Amino acid sequence: MLQIAVASGKGGTGKTTVATNLALALAGEGPVQFLDCDVEEPNAHLFLHPALGEEEAVTIPVPAVEEGQCTACGRCAEVCAFNAIAVLAGHVLTFPELCHGCGGCTLLCPEGALREEKRKIGIVQGGQRGELVFVQGKLEIGAALAPPVVEAVRAKEQGMGTVIIDAAPGTSCPVVAAIRDVDFCLLVTEPTPFGLHDLDLAARLVAELGVPAGVILNRAGEGDELVEEYCQRQGLPLLLKIPFSRNLAAIYAQGKVLVEELPQWREVFLNLGREIGRRVGR
Amino acid sequence: MKVAVTAQGPGLEAEVDSRFGRCTYFVIKEMVTGEVETVANEPGTSGAGIEAAQLLARAGVEAVITGHLGPKAGRALAAAGIAAYQHTGGTVAGAFAALEAGELAPIGNPV
Repeated sequence: MLQIAVASGKGGTGKTTVATNLALALAGEGPVQFLDCDVEEPNAHLFLHPALGEEEAVTIPVPAVEEGQCTACGRCAEVCAFNAIAVLAGHVLTFPELCHGCGGCTLLCPEGALREEKRKIGIVQGGQRGELVFVQGKLEIGAALAPPVVEAVRAKEQGMGTVIIDAAPGTSCPVVAAIRDVDFCLLVTEPTPFGLHDLDLAARLVAELGVPAGVILNRAGEGDELVEEYCQRQGLPLLLKIPFSRNLAAIYAQGKVLVEELPQWREVFLNLGREIGRRVGR
Repeated sequence: MKVAVTAQGPGLEAEVDSRFGRCTYFVIKEMVTGEVETVANEPGTSGAGIEAAQLLARAGVEAVITGHLGPKAGRALAAAGIAAYQHTGGTVAGAFAALEAGELAPIGNPV
């Protein structure tokens, strides 16, 4: 199995464009699975148009209080790092929307007065598009805890062929959950000062996680040297440039993919996949 | 009866802090004896209002004067039986005086 994550510091640089095109280009070559781990805003389905299956709930355990057994000792509130449980005037108050589901309060309650209830924070949904196997996660509206939903999507990894993971933008916990332990991470950026700044954050994140990475420069043309010089300094391979082009933007805006509209791009993304394979020794 | 004011600094002459959970200090006054103490507020990353309500409850505070109260902080204060009054700007001493003059409106506790 070869897991390739697609991430970026800055949002809107072209992660989904890269991930969907790479997945479709490789889908003719062997088993490919696409995981949309950008669970706060999954949008790969807009380009892949998969036939979607049933939704599966993603839940976390949150505490519920058995008032009769509680002595209001305050141990639960003391151990909660997120203030999701409070003891006030002899009563336990829970705030499930702040709970991270660690189970610490239930585990450490000396009276056994807490039990765990399931709180739904999102869904995982499978699908199929031709030979491409599709999975996406979606965080519930109002829920703030994305990593368990990302982990639920990644639990569906098929364990063979190529797995393409579309991560959220940024460098916070949901991104870490999406790219942890993958074989390779593509960092998509654009030739702007913002793009470069956030590329640096993302590059430092993958280095911290020990994930080999390469850069894709999207909307290339003006200011490329900013990113090129950075990559050279950091020893990061610049694997592909996608030019700033009205034609490419128009294809994207219609919910279409480059590899199906312009045959030369199929070859480009196939080569990208092969290059990544070489770099990780596959 | 102890009353707290959310404050940007210690003591009666400090400016009122309009934030509740993330205020810098609580200046607490025993209204009968006039005794004043300042407690630093050092909230964590999550649930600052809930944490602050617990801090005030432990300090034996029965009412708090602040600018704004979020729904979770409101629930926690209500559970603790701590009344909340709305007041922004000016000094802590001014806020206590306004309460004593009956000029402050209670903040409704959102459910």
